[in-house]
Amino acid sequence: MNPTLKNTALFCGVGLLILGTGLVQGWNSALLIVNMGLISAIMALGVNLQWGFAGLFNIGVMGFVALGGLATVLIAMPPVGEAWAAGGVQIILGLIAGAATIAAAIFAQRRFEGRMRVFMTLGVLVIGFIAYRGVFDPGVIAVEAVNPAATGNLGGLGLPVIIAWPVGGLLAAGAAWIIGKTALGLRSDYLAIATLGIAEIIIAILKNEDWLARGVKNVIGIPRPVPLEVDLQADPDFVTRAAEFGLDPVTASTLYTKFAYAVLFTIVLVILLVLAQKALNSPWGRMMRAIRDNETAAEAMGKDVTARHLQIFILGSAICGISGAMMTTLDGQLTPGSYQPLRFTFLVWVMVIVGGSGNNFGAVLGGLLIWWLWVMVEPLGLALMGGLAGLLPETSSLRETLIDGAAHMRLLTMGLILLLVLRFSPRGLIPER
Amino acid sequence: MDFLNAIVALANFVIVPGLAYGAQLAIGALGVTLIYGILRFSNFAHGDTMAFGTAMTIIGTNMLLALGITFGPLPTALLALPFGIGMTILLVLAIDWLIYKFYRDQRAKPVILVIVSMGVMFVMNGVVRFIIGVDDIRFADGERFIVTAREFRDMTGLREGLAIKTTQALTVVVAVVVVAILFWFLNKTRTGKSMRAFSDNEDLALLSGINPDWVVKVTWMIVAALATTAGVLYGLDKSFKAFTYFQLLLPIFAAAIVGGLGNPIGAIAGGFVIAFSEVTITYAWKKVLVYLMPDSLEPDGLVQLLSTDYKFAVSFAILIIVLLFKPTGLFKGQSV
Repeated sequence: MNPTLKNTALFCGVGLLILGTGLVQGWNSALLIVNMGLISAIMALGVNLQWGFAGLFNIGVMGFVALGGLATVLIAMPPVGEAWAAGGVQIILGLIAGAATIAAAIFAQRRFEGRMRVFMTLGVLVIGFIAYRGVFDPGVIAVEAVNPAATGNLGGLGLPVIIAWPVGGLLAAGAAWIIGKTALGLRSDYLAIATLGIAEIIIAILKNEDWLARGVKNVIGIPRPVPLEVDLQADPDFVTRAAEFGLDPVTASTLYTKFAYAVLFTIVLVILLVLAQKALNSPWGRMMRAIRDNETAAEAMGKDVTARHLQIFILGSAICGISGAMMTTLDGQLTPGSYQPLRFTFLVWVMVIVGGSGNNFGAVLGGLLIWWLWVMVEPLGLALMGGLAGLLPETSSLRETLIDGAAHMRLLTMGLILLLVLRFSPRGLIPER
Repeated sequence: MDFLNAIVALANFVIVPGLAYGAQLAIGALGVTLIYGILRFSNFAHGDTMAFGTAMTIIGTNMLLALGITFGPLPTALLALPFGIGMTILLVLAIDWLIYKFYRDQRAKPVILVIVSMGVMFVMNGVVRFIIGVDDIRFADGERFIVTAREFRDMTGLREGLAIKTTQALTVVVAVVVVAILFWFLNKTRTGKSMRAFSDNEDLALLSGINPDWVVKVTWMIVAALATTAGVLYGLDKSFKAFTYFQLLLPIFAAAIVGGLGNPIGAIAGGFVIAFSEVTITYAWKKVLVYLMPDSLEPDGLVQLLSTDYKFAVSFAILIIVLLFKPTGLFKGQSV
């Protein structure tokens, strides 16, 4: 079959799955799947850029997604004036002191030799750390004391939330630059574990630095780029229009906002997809693949492998950051406790592998399909297990086990899919051309 | 007297928990490092192998308890441990035969095997949840303490107490035994020597007539035994929860890498480095300092470098710092 036809058929297949969900479970659930599916597709696009184009093994996706989420708080939440007055300047000064310490330590590393180097570096770090804590801690205590039930943080800039999307990308790119600078010289396994670790560090910071984004107390009520449902329901124009479609105002308003999100997300996805396609088919993209396939040969041809790796690592992470900001915008809240590697790193990897690594359309397809499965495995599993259990007598203890087990079907299914694809179709549903 | 009090406080809150945690990490890291040395990939399913082994041991423990068998003052889980290890060996051998063998025969790139192990991780995680659920399970029975804080105070007349949990002492003893057996096996037996030869130079080992299939099988069996033991010791000391075991993967990897992947001695050293850095950096030093410093200089704050929630972050910070200065770890691991 001609590849274009096959790909179209695959996308239509996923469309049918979502359509089916809409018919069975209602359009609200279907749109919810579409929205998160689009965001997942963007995450997969970012990972595909790193893995599919350049062979970089990044399993710290969760950290970049979380940084994107942080951006929405920093951009869109209103500033807390009282907190800024109480300790904002001090926190900023503390952070500057911390950065200066690191810079001085790096300088000492370069400037001195031998034993003097160790001594000077450690000295700078210890003194710097004490100074940093001395300035920083009182500021944090002061800020976190300001109305801790509602804020206790510095708040954000109060700008429209859409601005947070590119800013989320920038934050993630900045983090990726630091990681890339330190870890890209390492071999693939080490890079993987370093990224895994940095993702954990980012989450730990988000959970604990309450002055930044309230930590595990969560930020709720992040402003939205689309109208609120209650406002729509109060709008007489909207209500009459909904009635023309034969919908009650509540359903119509929820559908309308979800659909508005879907349109926004689609726009972002299409822009990123076009850019990724352009990149893939440019001399730069060919160089990337050449480096991926044979690093030594590419180096011999005069390509700066480490610099190119750093470049694509930053780009891919920035895309993950954008998707993270979009996700937090959709949720309307930042909940650092909910970031788990199984969901935000490994699941994205399943999407990329199943979709077809090295192919942007594959990543998008994988994102949509695997997200649909992730949501639907539970009800499907429950139906299946229920059916099986129905065959057993009422008193059987296995019956209970089966029904309880349905809740854990998700991970099992995702793992099985990943293993089966890797074994029987390692190039994925839409292979690299 | 104050000096003694300070030492006891340090022992109670830093040294004893650090030793126990370090031993648990070390046994876990030994498994990761063996897989890396002989099968040449980072096994992401290791945390879930530990969870599976522990789940099996818990089931064994419950069966023993139902039969009315206990281990006196020691936790009954120790009696069930061989059962847990046996089941885990069966599972990992089946997984190797079903999944990893295919890629080994193809001589697939190590990074592909890592991704395959991610798939195995998902499946095992699901299986463990299926078998035993997601609840917090405590399965330590027998005596809880060897020495309680009150007994220690009465005995010595010091102000600080020292409590040593049975599970902590047990962890250290079992760890010493396990490591001794492992090193004896690797250094003295024929199979152990062929495993080391295989790890050092695969082609040369094959040329000298070593059976690779046997080496791989034995490796998996040892790894299953180590993973189950580490998992059970950790579970006895804290508690069993499927998700914590997945999280343990992170410090275990850090330990194996800090020591040098593929190097067993490094794995042990790495385990203790990670454990003690986690404990010392997140410990509130005030208690110790109060005893040591003159009254006028007593610190006001808790003198805690980082809050306890940064535990996992600390292991990674250490990992990255070590990698920056010694890219193959403290004990020169392999670089494939």
